[in-house]
Amino acid sequence: MTAAGGYADTVPSPGELGPALHLPHLEVLESEGIHIIREVVAEFERPVLLFSGGKDSVVMLHLARKAFWPAPVPFPLMHVDTGHNFPEVMAYRDDVVERFGLRLVVASVQEYIDNGKLRERSDGTRNPLQTVPLLDGIVSNKFDAVFGGGRRDEEKARAKERIFSLRDEFGQWDPRRQRPELWNLYNGRHRPGEHVRVFPLSNWTELDVWQYIERESIDLPSIYLSHDRDVFKRDGMWLTAGEWGGPRESEPIERRVVRYRTVGDMSCTGAVESTAADIAEVIAEIAVSTITERGATRADDKLSEAAMEDRKREGYF
Amino acid sequence: METSEVNATLTALAPAGPLRLDRDIDMLRFATAGSVDDGKSTLVGRLLHDSKSVLTDTLEAVERASRDRGADGVELALLTDGLRAEREQGITIDVAYRYFTTTRRKFVLADTPGHVQYTRNMVTGASTAELVVILVDARKGVVEQTRRHLAVAALLGVRHLVLAVNKMDLVDFDESTFTVIAAEFASAAEALGVTDHVVIPVSAQLGDNVVDASTSMLWYHGPTLLDHLEAVPVGIDAWMQLARLPIQLVVRAADYRGYAGQLASGVIERGDVVVVMPAGVTTTIVGIDTFDGEVALAHAPQSVTVRLADDIDVGRGDLIVHPRQEPRVVREFDATVCQLSDRPLRAGDRVTIKHTTRVLKAIVDSVNYRLDIETLAPESADLLGLNEIGNVHLRVSGPLAIDDYVDDRLTGSFLLIDEHDGQTLAAGLVGHAIRTKPGGERP
Repeated sequence: MTAAGGYADTVPSPGELGPALHLPHLEVLESEGIHIIREVVAEFERPVLLFSGGKDSVVMLHLARKAFWPAPVPFPLMHVDTGHNFPEVMAYRDDVVERFGLRLVVASVQEYIDNGKLRERSDGTRNPLQTVPLLDGIVSNKFDAVFGGGRRDEEKARAKERIFSLRDEFGQWDPRRQRPELWNLYNGRHRPGEHVRVFPLSNWTELDVWQYIERESIDLPSIYLSHDRDVFKRDGMWLTAGEWGGPRESEPIERRVVRYRTVGDMSCTGAVESTAADIAEVIAEIAVSTITERGATRADDKLSEAAMEDRKREGYF
Repeated sequence: METSEVNATLTALAPAGPLRLDRDIDMLRFATAGSVDDGKSTLVGRLLHDSKSVLTDTLEAVERASRDRGADGVELALLTDGLRAEREQGITIDVAYRYFTTTRRKFVLADTPGHVQYTRNMVTGASTAELVVILVDARKGVVEQTRRHLAVAALLGVRHLVLAVNKMDLVDFDESTFTVIAAEFASAAEALGVTDHVVIPVSAQLGDNVVDASTSMLWYHGPTLLDHLEAVPVGIDAWMQLARLPIQLVVRAADYRGYAGQLASGVIERGDVVVVMPAGVTTTIVGIDTFDGEVALAHAPQSVTVRLADDIDVGRGDLIVHPRQEPRVVREFDATVCQLSDRPLRAGDRVTIKHTTRVLKAIVDSVNYRLDIETLAPESADLLGLNEIGNVHLRVSGPLAIDDYVDDRLTGSFLLIDEHDGQTLAAGLVGHAIRTKPGGERP
């Protein structure tokens, strides 16, 4: 019995059996993430993990490996490939897939452009073009749960995102119709054709992610650490020269010591000047940084103040 | 660079910087609730701003937006009004989560809107909160909404309550105004059985007593809001709890069979004799495994995988507990539910119930009563509409191992789900949800 009176008989008083049991915040977050990933595998038929090689997807994969150990990760990865990739990140992706014996599904923006299903934008940015290949990839593979590395601290529109986010057949997110989430009970019911986006890192901040990477000694693509790079300045960001279309004549190339805070499409992911050569130094820089991660490095969120909200509605994360 | 050196550098670079390096800080989940126009968004904005959690580009965007709206200074509320639909209408439509970190703690804040029709959002925010900050306007004092928020927080088992009496600047920082409100709130909280409550006079607009102590209310000697948030004890000592490990799934590998789950409460140790519920089969924990190696002991809220001595039938939906501490195994039970859907809950309704990791069919046998949302006094009812809270008798399609919500928040809670369209209909709390006061009577 657990009636109130039962406690006194069966439970020792504090400290009687052992020392105070204290769980630091990174372990609370890790345990929560593992719980979420296990719930999805238990309740869905075909989950998939969106893997860009970016630090959030890398941490998510690390949690998935922990969740099922000693068994292997029981779902594939999907990479939405814009065609404007950092070679270091592609090499990292392929290495991870091989090292952990994973299966990789690629949804290619380039393929959609080549066969005329999508048109290149005048500004050369391909992030907004990811939505269609992503949704097609989900439908053709019959994925019913899609793990994403989104965090609520990234952007105001994400602050209201659920951990289990129901999407209709068009991948759309309707902020007014999201299911309430209580305790640690997640409702993943969905109709055929619908799917659920799942965000195990919802409650993590950028600093939490970096501290966790340090604590767990997780390998990252090399562009996250300081290196020499040929870059040019556009809209206040250092962009990498490349086949995607930069620089223009008015944009001189300079050699700078930089690192990336996020990994994305080369055309709109900016580097920050930095000499941080290991994770501890990155954390030190972040701790004194006064610019948010997205503000520093993502041109596509700057299009309009509500850019993120619009893209979420359309089925982008 | 060694971590200690980084720390030293950081301190030198940013004595009041936004983020710190301490990895071993703890985490407090709290919620805020207030009526429309109490200035809640401003208070949350102030908390984020003054704790240096707002970064330059975000602040610049808010300054731009404030100017566009013709405001004089920075409207801190714009820091938290996330969706365009809300900015256009000047309201907050849903629970939003905010994060900030101080040297002492990481905070997860569930920011819930105050409209009457969104009681469900407060229930959602409070379900994971250890503390709730309720706001009132010093000019209005404790109003109907305040009592509702208080009642919901009490019902959801939130242990620590804070009343922030806002807009003190608009009552000339008057001590007696504050004292009257504080006394009324204290008696309302005590009547609902909440013993840990504090009242703090603040001005979110000017920043008084949010992060920094007020210089206009020298008569107040208590903590600022942030002081209190940093000092309040986090969590329950796991040694004081009964062990509850709901099994999520079976991990199978070559020569390996383990049962994976997150401890809902309490402590388990290698070698413990345990009972697998609801079947009631006794076995022994022979190992507690994690990716990082075997551990001798695990406690809530850790995620672990356990190995058992006997080859017994254990799977998702089962609950591992200690002998003589078993939960009730029931086929029918009373529960307090908050209706989250606009479809009313009625006797005869067939639903799906999700309790820990166990999913069963259920029938609403009867609606026992509805709770007056201010006093939590029962009143007769034959259905529960959106945002109403009441008590029902449920019958379930199989055995369910449950605790009362007042004893265990996770093994005492459940969802009712629509069998057809999958929407979440109601949040459930096993039992009658409020600890009976000495001599008090529940129906």
